[in-house]
Amino acid sequence: MSDILVYDGSFDGFLTVVFEVFESKLQQPKIEPAYRASATFFSETREIQTDFIKSKRVWDGIIKKGNSNIKRIIYKSFLSEKVGVENILLDYICKFFADNTAVFGNFTDPSVLKLSKIVKSVEREKHRMDAFIRFKLTKDNIYFATIEPDFNVLPLISKHFEDRYADQQWIIYDLKRNKGLYYNLNIVENITLELKPEALKTKGTDVLFTQEELAYEELWKNYFKSTNIESRKNMVLHVKHMPKRYWKYLSEKQL
Amino acid sequence: MNFERIKEKLNILADAAKYDVSCSSSGSKRANKDKGLGDSSGMGICHTYTEDGRCVSLLKILLTNHCIFDCAYCVTRKSNDIKRAAFKVQEVVDLTINFYRRNYIEGLFLSSGIFKNADYTMERLVAVAKKLRLEENFNGYIHLKSIPGASDELMREAGLYADRLSVNIEIPSVKGLKLLAPDKNRADFIKPMEKVKNEIIQYKAEKKIIKNTPIYAPAGQSTQMIIGATNETDAEIMYTSASFYKNFNLKRVYYSGYVPISYDSRLPSIGTEVPMMRENRLYQTDWLLRFYGFDIRELLNKDTPNLDMDIDPKLSWALRNLNLFPIDINKADKHMLARIPGLGMKSVNKIINARRFRKLNWEHLKAIGAAVNRAKYFMTCDSRVYETRDLTAAQIKGLILSNSSSKYRKTLNNQLNLFDTVKPLSV
Ligand code: SF4
Repeated sequence: MSDILVYDGSFDGFLTVVFEVFESKLQQPKIEPAYRASATFFSETREIQTDFIKSKRVWDGIIKKGNSNIKRIIYKSFLSEKVGVENILLDYICKFFADNTAVFGNFTDPSVLKLSKIVKSVEREKHRMDAFIRFKLTKDNIYFATIEPDFNVLPLISKHFEDRYADQQWIIYDLKRNKGLYYNLNIVENITLELKPEALKTKGTDVLFTQEELAYEELWKNYFKSTNIESRKNMVLHVKHMPKRYWKYLSEKQL
Repeated sequence: MNFERIKEKLNILADAAKYDVSCSSSGSKRANKDKGLGDSSGMGICHTYTEDGRCVSLLKILLTNHCIFDCAYCVTRKSNDIKRAAFKVQEVVDLTINFYRRNYIEGLFLSSGIFKNADYTMERLVAVAKKLRLEENFNGYIHLKSIPGASDELMREAGLYADRLSVNIEIPSVKGLKLLAPDKNRADFIKPMEKVKNEIIQYKAEKKIIKNTPIYAPAGQSTQMIIGATNETDAEIMYTSASFYKNFNLKRVYYSGYVPISYDSRLPSIGTEVPMMRENRLYQTDWLLRFYGFDIRELLNKDTPNLDMDIDPKLSWALRNLNLFPIDINKADKHMLARIPGLGMKSVNKIINARRFRKLNWEHLKAIGAAVNRAKYFMTCDSRVYETRDLTAAQIKGLILSNSSSKYRKTLNNQLNLFDTVKPLSV
């Protein structure tokens, strides 16, 4: 009979679990976030309360022993929300604490290799958001965008947009996870919107956006068409760079 | 803003600018200043891709497509019967800012036909950049075209506001240029390039002494050559390219397969295929020179004046130098690893990292993402199973190409599918 440890889905929650595993010397427990926890008949479920002191101790330990790359791997692969990623991470962290030189760049270790792939896809998704987010100016002068990323990349894109759009208010809203970032000209805040996000998707007859907004969108679509060279058309390449599931963000791909 | 009128101009002037393939927005170090708009300190971002699969990073337009010149290879040439338009300086500024704020673009790439004379044109381009920087506190990316023949003073000013400057030499050889653009000469292209190069050198020297020296063209210079409009060999093209890299410290040379746009008998006729595979091979060669430590003379020379179209230049080189292989990937230095067909720089670095822990075998290589199917003819690793047959270059090439999952054949097929006439390919 093996244990299932359930945590609240947050990064601190996960680190608390790691702390508990070390503290109570648990053998191979299964770790699951509460939003996915599955009770099974043969295993015992234990809920782990997030404890910021414990999580900080683990994180500080990692920072002390590792380098920025280890931090990057652990945090970003966690954000992938992939099923089972917690257990790969646990294995990785155990090996790392046992011998911190044993993991870095050691692609012959399955956990190291798996995480490096996961990190790569999380980073790719982050870059796609940097690229494919399209702001629309609302009547109250906020540049507004919605996203539905495969992974929880909101925390990763915040700084990029803050650095870039320092003189305009903006909101980036993750419809899938129902949370967003709001930059109020000073700082970026985490927000949850009351109104149905679906309402924001409608276009054309919008009450939210200015008339000018639609005109700029139109100009952009025109530009997109004019800059294409018909005799070089290559839809295979086009779709490879911009997989269809991202088209919903892109005004230039709407008819 | 009169959107209808702007739309019309945008269509004409974006259409005329699209043959310039550069759309890079990387390599600058301009960070956001005083809570202004924009930041170009990161890597460049492609915000969208055209249906021809090219990255769209910048708003790429001409200020005007009026031109006093008549270069045969250019849609904007004086004698061409097309609609003409011109943006006002403020219109370009407004478009750039509004596109940027919506996260459509990384910045502006502004080029122009030459109206009146070189300086008059260059002055207007500089005016746009200056306005963006000083009035709008815009820190996005700006790429300005250096107009051939523009004065040193203007080029100096241009670099103070632009991240990148470029002048397209377009035709790889002097004789080709004479044929297609008789009223232009190489010296006019060289002049602004030389000036910008010297300013960059001077900036770097001064910067060491005086911290707040105003930055000058932080993303450097680039140029473009049209491929297939004139009949240069690949060797001629790449030697020109290598000399430009060397003499002007260029960041990039772009190769643009000629898109037929004219019935002029000096040029390939309309309907001729765009030489995209050749363009691709030239880029690969360029890459090998800049990142893989190859010397141009190894890849192209008297005996090999043209690149193979059916295999990439690294594989061609390896097949001509089989005596250097196989290479033991657990021992070879980075320089040699980079020369194994099937290993990209990423795989090379991973191999170097991973082999510190243990000797690597085929499984490890596959896990790392190396193209073992190709690499196996050129390497050994910690395994007893390896290619023991004494194969000739032609045999290896045949085996690699006949491998149905081969990337080569796939790209080549895609390549040909681009054109309406699908040709069967026998390799
Ligand atoms: S000067 Fe430039 S824009 Fe004018 S015709 Fe020649 S290449 Fe075209």
